[in-house]
Amino acid sequence: MDLMEYQAKGLFAKHDVPVTLGIVVEKAADAAAAATELGGRVVVKAQVKIGGRGKAGGVKLAGNPQEAVAHADDILGMDIRGHTVHRVLLAPAADIAEEYYFSFLVDRTNRSYLCIASIEGGVEIEEVARTNPNAVAKVSIDPLTGVDDVKAAEIVSATRFPEDVAEEAKTIVKKLWDVFVKEDSSLVEVNPLVRLGDGHLEALDGKVTLDENAEFRHDDHGAFEDKAAADPLEAQAKEKGLNYVKLDGEVGIIGNGAGLVMSTLDVVAYAGEKHSGVKPANFLDIGGGASAEVMANGLHIILGDPQVKAVFVNVFGGITACDAVANGIVHALELLGDEADKPLVVRLDGNNVDEGRRILAAANHPLVTLADTMDGAADRAAQLAAESAQSSTQSAQGSPEQGRD
Amino acid sequence: MPIFLNEDSRVVVQGMTGAEGQKHTRRMIASGTSIVGGVNPKKAGQSVDFDGTPVPVFGGVAEAIEETGADVSVVFVPPAGTKGAVVEAVDAGIPLVVVITEGVPVHDTAELFCYAQAKGTTRVIGPNCPGLISPGKSNAGIIPADITKNGRIGLVSKSGTLTYQMMYELRDFGFSTAVGIGGDPIIGTTHIDCLKAFEDDPETDAIVMIGEIGGDAEERAAEYVKDNVTKPVVGYVAGFTAPEGKTMGHAGAIVSGSSGTAQAKQEALEAVGVRVGKTPSATAQLMREILQSG
Repeated sequence: MDLMEYQAKGLFAKHDVPVTLGIVVEKAADAAAAATELGGRVVVKAQVKIGGRGKAGGVKLAGNPQEAVAHADDILGMDIRGHTVHRVLLAPAADIAEEYYFSFLVDRTNRSYLCIASIEGGVEIEEVARTNPNAVAKVSIDPLTGVDDVKAAEIVSATRFPEDVAEEAKTIVKKLWDVFVKEDSSLVEVNPLVRLGDGHLEALDGKVTLDENAEFRHDDHGAFEDKAAADPLEAQAKEKGLNYVKLDGEVGIIGNGAGLVMSTLDVVAYAGEKHSGVKPANFLDIGGGASAEVMANGLHIILGDPQVKAVFVNVFGGITACDAVANGIVHALELLGDEADKPLVVRLDGNNVDEGRRILAAANHPLVTLADTMDGAADRAAQLAAESAQSSTQSAQGSPEQGRD
Repeated sequence: MPIFLNEDSRVVVQGMTGAEGQKHTRRMIASGTSIVGGVNPKKAGQSVDFDGTPVPVFGGVAEAIEETGADVSVVFVPPAGTKGAVVEAVDAGIPLVVVITEGVPVHDTAELFCYAQAKGTTRVIGPNCPGLISPGKSNAGIIPADITKNGRIGLVSKSGTLTYQMMYELRDFGFSTAVGIGGDPIIGTTHIDCLKAFEDDPETDAIVMIGEIGGDAEERAAEYVKDNVTKPVVGYVAGFTAPEGKTMGHAGAIVSGSSGTAQAKQEALEAVGVRVGKTPSATAQLMREILQSG
């Protein structure tokens, strides 16, 4: 789970990383009082879980409370690379002497941890790595020994922090390490870490990714979830314990296993190229079990997406054989009743596939089409979605009052 | 000899007495695996009956090894206890630990992997993986045993169901070993480890490699194939339509910025002569052509 800047700074403060928390507002009008409290001259920063806020106009300096309100008004509601701004952080304008870059992250390649740091901060680190690779220090960290005094000194020396901040930098490195390990973060990034006019260091921005698998040992992490910004269907799926990602297409997808579902999305997208460019509407992995209840929950969420015109159910019967999956689908459709109102293309393969297909054929549900292969099923589902999209456009044109979009 | 697991493998199950552990131990036994014991300190000395096959429960992995000569452990212990379970198995010196558990914190995996590396005597497969099967010989994990047969294809995959799909598509040829390495950001055994083992395995003639978005394991595997693998390899990569920044089911399946894309992985594989199928069926077809021409 990615945190927003103000949340990351909250975690920094918890672990004694020097930081100025500022004030978060959700209404532009509230920015005046907040700016006054912070001394008048403030930076207004969009709180979104994506980089490049500054370039997008999501970070602005205000000379006084009136300007702060005006900037907050501009920034709130702004769309930054697909992320709507629901709140802004007001922070006192800092007296910046130098800007550095610092991060700890999980190093997938070496299966350990990595520290990346540079005295050229405040810009994208990828850019620094391209233009001046010598300015980027990379220090690998053994998960078994972590960052102790010796390692912190190694990091500070490799980064070539100026001598007069080296001691303070070592302390901050160890505190950021606490944020990384004690909070089960997979990324802790400070850009910029600044040297202020008074010579002290401060984390002026913060990006933290928390490991959702570790939530069982962090009762406080659940509060970081941004329920307001979450897609309503994604929120609903999460409540049901389903792995769902909303996408922007017309073919609803249900499958078992993350890899098979990803593959299904791809195959549907290829098939869509031949059928007016329809695309997959979602990722939904119902897991190995594929029971009737889970199937019904999954279908309920997908059918709740008004963009969906047809559904592709793609199940490989391994641990749960195809006959059980077929019974699950039949029962799920009974449970859903009239709610099931879009065509379903079902592809079953694997254990007891003949019996599974026989069960579905015998049920003879008017919405269900059986397909033999994954590629064939994808083609059929894309075709049905394209036809349905076309006919609903036509009917919408014929009787405008019925048009939903 | 297939890779990592064969008919002589003696398997203990850590977490055998839990619901998932019991269910899959029963299936492993049914598919011919030699299950020699379970591990649960609270139930040591008891025995669990699996359709007429009694399996003893030991208090620890070391004791299980001493009593039974176990050389493989399959771990079903829940996430909070997974690291401890693997560390115990490593300390006991077991050569292979297969971690089925899903949802292990990445810091725990980093630690348990580095711990095993430092000891140097245990291979870890997983976590969050379906395990591995040498069909007709032994099955360590949750892969359905009855969808394929023994043969001469080696399979390595990040995804469980795509493993099953491929095993099923090529069931007329069969597999020496199929290894599900898991889709977490850090995994104990990589594509490269399996490619190396398949290259060295006289019972494997050709290799199918299945990858997905996230990380650069496929790109590095491609580099490895170029210099080290003489057997034919075909590949498949899932996740071309995955949006940036969204985790697609597997904790490691995420495109970050421009890195970890399916496109980049496919290009890296094709650049070294690995033929990559557009769909799982097309990939199976590529393998079919190779085996029929050979």
